[in-house]
Amino acid sequence: MSFRPTGTVYGVLLNFRAEWDALAPQMNEVPYKAPPQAPVLYVKTANTFSAHGSAIALPADVPEVEVGATVGLVMGDAGRVAGCVLMNDLSVPHASFYRPPVKAKCRDGFLGVGARLRSDGVDPASLMLEVRIDGELRQRADFSQLMRSPAQLLAEVGGFMTLAPGDALMLGCNAGRPLARAGQRIDISAPGFEDLSNTLEGRAS
Amino acid sequence: MKHARVMHQGVICDATERDGQLLLADGRRVAFDAVTWLPPLAPVPQARTILALGLNYADHAKELAFKPPAEPLAFLKGEGTLTGHRQFTRRPAGVQFMHYECELAVVIGKAAKGVRQADAYDFIGGYTVANDYAIRDYLENWYRPNLRVKNRDTCTPLGPWRVDAADVPDPMQLALQTTVNGQRTQQGNTRDMVFSVPFLIEYFSSFMTLSPGDLILTGTPDGVVDCQPGDVVVTEIERIGALVNTLQGEPS
Repeated sequence: MSFRPTGTVYGVLLNFRAEWDALAPQMNEVPYKAPPQAPVLYVKTANTFSAHGSAIALPADVPEVEVGATVGLVMGDAGRVAGCVLMNDLSVPHASFYRPPVKAKCRDGFLGVGARLRSDGVDPASLMLEVRIDGELRQRADFSQLMRSPAQLLAEVGGFMTLAPGDALMLGCNAGRPLARAGQRIDISAPGFEDLSNTLEGRAS
Repeated sequence: MKHARVMHQGVICDATERDGQLLLADGRRVAFDAVTWLPPLAPVPQARTILALGLNYADHAKELAFKPPAEPLAFLKGEGTLTGHRQFTRRPAGVQFMHYECELAVVIGKAAKGVRQADAYDFIGGYTVANDYAIRDYLENWYRPNLRVKNRDTCTPLGPWRVDAADVPDPMQLALQTTVNGQRTQQGNTRDMVFSVPFLIEYFSSFMTLSPGDLILTGTPDGVVDCQPGDVVVTEIERIGALVNTLQGEPS
């Protein structure tokens, strides 16, 4: 049986240094008016979960999606992390981060989930993810370059909401997220993990 | 019928309202104050989608100095923020403005994708009352309203009842009100929603599949005021119920 989250999956924006730096010139402008203080979180709803190996259908109004290679920390008991899993946090490309990204991030199938939870205690900050589209290397994400380390992020998020067993917290996606279209295959890999692969297909109807 | 989910003598069970008492699933009848009230929702096999609306009453949008949005302003919550009737909600020390929001909550009854407004009521299982507390001190203009404002532990009381859709002939004609320590501070009517319940079901199901047990919190009207530890806040909707909540202080 493939791993599938049983709880709520949360994501965080602007947790990669390069992603923060790219947006920094706009942070004091309208509508944001100030850089974010707390982690900028969002939810990936259960209708988004796509197993490794499955095809993800793109809606008719979405010609391309942004690939969001990341690592999800999956919670166990008593606030401990049970393990981590590769995730592909797909988004409809959006330039404004002012309003919650429900329509951009919660389309059916828009979260690829790795086949297995890795529970050997690997430090997520040591991971280097690679994204390939149709076999071509398109992005690297070095998790030593996070704005908030996994422990710091967990602590700050835990300051106002409890992550329950089964909930997952994704650590963020690096700048330069590649775009992919229907017919393409996305592979996300990292040493010690099985690849997370999904293909995009056009909506039949 | 009015459904509840309660803990009685250490056991979680379903219950229904019967002659001013709770009829437990095992046939016993107990008083309302003999149980701990949980959110009136059946467990679901996957994470529950909890959608909520901002600025969905024209008067509240005006109160907050915003124009009503052209498209629904939606945000999401995790199930961890929910708590039951007669429970306590924590107010952090040092915050300036924490307010309730009385909202009609729609409970989805069957899987909904690509539903048209005209058919939307077929996909509703029932209704309950939500109190969608917000702490305005924590508002930031990043994915606003941000989760630190809207997804805090204990900050979304829900209940007491889940009322079957069949018992609510017109959810777009229901009076809402909130009292704080017995004084009415908020009142409105669901007919004043900017985006109606059928519209919202069409809208959300146009881009995401809703599943049984998913929730849509439909926004709040004018009249939100700051509340302090010890305040008893009752959010009430005609035909659905009166949801009681008490604010509790929290060390900084």
